[in-house]
Amino acid sequence: MENLLVILFSAILVNNFVLARFLGLCPFLGVSRELKSSLSMGAAVIFVMTLASVSTWFIQYYLLIPYKVEFLQTIVFILVIAALVQFVEMVIQKVSPVLQKALGIYLPLITTNCAVLGVCILNIREDYSLLETIVHGAGGGIGFTVAILIMAGIRERLSLGRVPKCMQGFPISFITACLMALSFFCFQGFFAH
Amino acid sequence: MGFFSEFIKGLWQENPVFRIVLGICPTLAVSTQLSNGLGMGLAATFVLLGSNVFISLIRNVIPDKIRIPAFIVVISTFVTVVDLFMAAYTPALHERLGIFIPLIVVNCIILGRAEAFASKSTVWMSIADALGMGGGFTLALTLISSIRELLGNGTLLGIHVLPAAYSPAVIMILPPGAFLTIGILLGLFNYLSNRKSP
Repeated sequence: MENLLVILFSAILVNNFVLARFLGLCPFLGVSRELKSSLSMGAAVIFVMTLASVSTWFIQYYLLIPYKVEFLQTIVFILVIAALVQFVEMVIQKVSPVLQKALGIYLPLITTNCAVLGVCILNIREDYSLLETIVHGAGGGIGFTVAILIMAGIRERLSLGRVPKCMQGFPISFITACLMALSFFCFQGFFAH
Repeated sequence: MGFFSEFIKGLWQENPVFRIVLGICPTLAVSTQLSNGLGMGLAATFVLLGSNVFISLIRNVIPDKIRIPAFIVVISTFVTVVDLFMAAYTPALHERLGIFIPLIVVNCIILGRAEAFASKSTVWMSIADALGMGGGFTLALTLISSIRELLGNGTLLGIHVLPAAYSPAVIMILPPGAFLTIGILLGLFNYLSNRKSP
């Protein structure tokens, strides 16, 4: 139990997927203009990362390893994620129009979000059990959501401020991310002992 | 456009990192030292070259509806090749780049070039495009990782360059330093190009 909590909190704070591991920066910078859309993006990422972690875990241990084709990991994982995202999109469309409206356009974008493939590969490299994999996947997604929400909050304020012309857009977002990474860096060593 | 102008375009005018701001994740993650940056740049260039040539060859065969999955399969095949190759011949570099080698698959630059260029152009032009874009990516990685290694460690490619009296700013090789470097560089390039064309 303690182990699971450590994995959860280190995925959210210490090794935050965006700010410490540099995974999923494209949506982090691209979709963080408004709080509302960032929240939807975050929800979609949590959902897909957890599902993808679980399904790739099963594929790794019940398909790739028994047939000794671990070298196909990259190809198989990315295809599974792409198929999974498509499938989730279809199910949501049928089952819940409300959810469809909220997540809608963000789901297809997630296929090429490197945080999703990243978390699946990390799960395998760290030799996590199924339960640990689920916690790590969800934690990674929550970490992404926390980061993108903070970023969106700051950027909403920033749009009112006077930023020098050459720093507008991406440059100032990177500087903001730098300061956020600096503050998240203080969590380092939190679970060291 | 000729071969040469396609090649040059990727290096500066449409530099994937500095101008279009794509492929940021690997750029920031591996640029802690120059050797990592160079290795990542070359690996991505190889994948880009392979996938561009292959996709351009089969561009008339792929049905339009499933082209994205088809591109992804081609790209991930080349990534697997690079992954195994680097594990065999440069194990230390392979170890340092870690999960960012398999993650070349989701590097937006490569899928972007496949979709925007290779699937519509001849093989010859696709080669020029791949070399230009890959070169531009490598150039950007080299610049960022040189700055970070120089300021954060006082070395370049592991050799001490700055005088011993210089005390390294460790923050530069930590995650915040990566964001700071690219933020300031992007701002600087914006400033320079604004001044040139008012």
